[in-house]
Amino acid sequence: FVKQQDKRISHFVRMSNAQSLDIPEVLKEDDRPKWDNKFQYILSCVGFAVGLGNVWRFPYLCQIYGGGIGSLMVSFIVSLYYNTILTWVMWYFLNSFQEPLPWSACPLNGNRTGHIEECHESTAVNYFWYRRALNISSDITDSGNLQWWLVLCLAICWSIVYICTIRGIESTGKAIYVTAIFPYLVLTIFLIRGLTLPGATEGLVYLFTPNLNILKNPRVWLDAATQIFFSLSLAFGGLIAFSSYNSPKNDCEKDAVTIAIVNSMTSLYASIPIFSILGFKGTTGYWDCLDRNIISIINEFDLQDQSIMRDNYTIWLEFLNTTHPKKITSLKLRSCDLQEFLEQSASGTGLAFIVFTEAIILMPGSQGWAVLFFVMLFSLGLSSMFGNIEGILTPLLELRVVSKSVPKEVLSGAICLVSFVTALCFTLRSGSYWLEVFDSYAGSLPLLIIAFFEVTGVVYVYGIKRFSDDVKWMTGRQPNFYWQVSWRIISPLLMLTVFVAFVTLQTQKQPSYGAWNPKYKDFPMKEEKDYPAWILAICVLLVVLPCIFIPMVAFYHLIKRVLGRGKKEGT
Amino acid sequence: MYWSIFTEILVLELLIFYLSLQYAWDASEEYLFKAMVAFAMRRYSNKETTQISNVLLCNMTERVSFWFVVTDSAKNVTTVPGSEVEAAIRMNRNRINSAFLLTDNTLQFLKISSTLSPPIESSVPVWLIVFSVVLCLVVAGILFLVVSGIRQRKKNNRESAETGDLEDKCDTPVTTENGIPCDILDLKAGQINGVYAADDERFTPL
Repeated sequence: FVKQQDKRISHFVRMSNAQSLDIPEVLKEDDRPKWDNKFQYILSCVGFAVGLGNVWRFPYLCQIYGGGIGSLMVSFIVSLYYNTILTWVMWYFLNSFQEPLPWSACPLNGNRTGHIEECHESTAVNYFWYRRALNISSDITDSGNLQWWLVLCLAICWSIVYICTIRGIESTGKAIYVTAIFPYLVLTIFLIRGLTLPGATEGLVYLFTPNLNILKNPRVWLDAATQIFFSLSLAFGGLIAFSSYNSPKNDCEKDAVTIAIVNSMTSLYASIPIFSILGFKGTTGYWDCLDRNIISIINEFDLQDQSIMRDNYTIWLEFLNTTHPKKITSLKLRSCDLQEFLEQSASGTGLAFIVFTEAIILMPGSQGWAVLFFVMLFSLGLSSMFGNIEGILTPLLELRVVSKSVPKEVLSGAICLVSFVTALCFTLRSGSYWLEVFDSYAGSLPLLIIAFFEVTGVVYVYGIKRFSDDVKWMTGRQPNFYWQVSWRIISPLLMLTVFVAFVTLQTQKQPSYGAWNPKYKDFPMKEEKDYPAWILAICVLLVVLPCIFIPMVAFYHLIKRVLGRGKKEGT
Repeated sequence: MYWSIFTEILVLELLIFYLSLQYAWDASEEYLFKAMVAFAMRRYSNKETTQISNVLLCNMTERVSFWFVVTDSAKNVTTVPGSEVEAAIRMNRNRINSAFLLTDNTLQFLKISSTLSPPIESSVPVWLIVFSVVLCLVVAGILFLVVSGIRQRKKNNRESAETGDLEDKCDTPVTTENGIPCDILDLKAGQINGVYAADDERFTPL
């Protein structure tokens, strides 16, 4: 015991000889994680911003025309349906390992005398998407059962999201190296392949030829604004969450410009392979149409083979029309127009799952291309999901809704589990219709409103002067004239205009959706149906719910301050 | 070429999409066709009576279409009913197509709705196999991360418990000696000043 005491005394003697008694910084409790390096942060923001929209929405638009709890709600709602899209991508990925690809041919009907009716009337690709993947019902009110294969894929997707977000940015920071860089690699491979396909140049010419008439349509500008908005993933809270893990003295101006430029450049870069391949698909369809017509003509008129080729087809047709008009009309030739084939594009799920898959089966080595394409889509969506989950996780941690003793793994697990259970509604037969509702209403208007309040809140409530000083402290220079004008005038004005335009356009006509109904008389065209009233109510709820928190929280703080002042005066 | 029917039950039409042929159509190809039809008839009826000479082609056109009839030499040179020929061809459609390197679309028997051969399907759908692979990887990943997280937490708890003990020993909560924090000094064995350690022997043990 004495030895112990001695040790203590000698220890104490040592202590009193200590030079200084100040608390060293290293022992201060610093439980906030940090990015390993700046590249990780930029990559995360780019990954978050660069998502599926860059690949499938921007090219489409090019072609045809040319607030903290509020953000949390929006992030949650968007996570739900965003991961459902990843579920579909996963389903297609799992099915890409077969020879031949299951969407390349129609399956046989019951007595093996022909193909299934629904498939025969539309195309094999359409049939695989609407029947084998979604098993879609013909009406949004007709929910049907849960589709077990989609439930399995959904579980896998949420598990993968959980793995990557299990410890917040510590784990996403590692995963982002793969998920943010891989899509660029694949896009480059597709670019090289696409440019070597026949018909690629037609597709590119079609993409980049501006149609000036269309610029007069206000819908164009609205779509462009919402696209860039959604594309940069603003107002989700994810970017704020990511940025909060930076050190305070960080050049945020450079970061903002970098991310915006990288995002736009990626959209443009993605358009090139997409449109080369779509040009290839359109050209192949056009040639098939021509070939079928040529054969009918040659058979009918008993001409020599190789007499009519694709390039002199029109001359021959004109000649035959003048000499034997009756015979030509009796053949019922389908008019082949390259523009028409090139216009058969689509955006969103249509582009990825119908148009592109059709193009892939025409390319040699289709399994490899399919696997590559769907893995690229998956990593694009996954890196955006990181931002969404971070937009939920960080506010929950900051607002101290959960006690500190709960480990981060449990919290992220809980978020993933709750989201999985809620997202099961998208695996019903009417799931894809619901996804459209969520995408059009929850993923657009609330973002505009939240961003508008963020800008006006910072500029007019917090004060632009104070904010400029903060920026100066962080970056070392005052924000220049461009930023001042944008923050004060241009951005709020633009957002207000877009918001008003959006609301007016939406209320002008009854919102409707296109239903896939095999019994429809014009099948395979989609049947236009109106949304029933209760669904419109849900749409309004989806828009209002995230936005309502802004005035609610403001009101709450106001009440607190009034009560606090009352208490002070009372004592 | 179109075979037109001169009687409903007798003659069958054949049309080949000329542009799909990877070879020239000549008399040898016609011979092959006759052989295939004879083969189909033999397989169908399980009798080996049909000869190549029983299959007659006529009305040939350059575009490769012709009419053909199958005669039955056993029954006084009458023709085999078209329905039988149809059934025979339908049964062996696959073989006939592959003999000519054509498909159902490019080698058309007009008036025969073919029974299509189903694609080869394995007993377990391929996607389930890939799915189980992905599932195993995901489960392994989750287990690894959760277990390593728990172990990391235990290590942190143990370390904070040790720093708690040392802080009891030090009178001041956190002190430094020559700029080095107290607890780090004691945690790292071997940094204790040898001069003081030797002093233990000066104190008499109890």
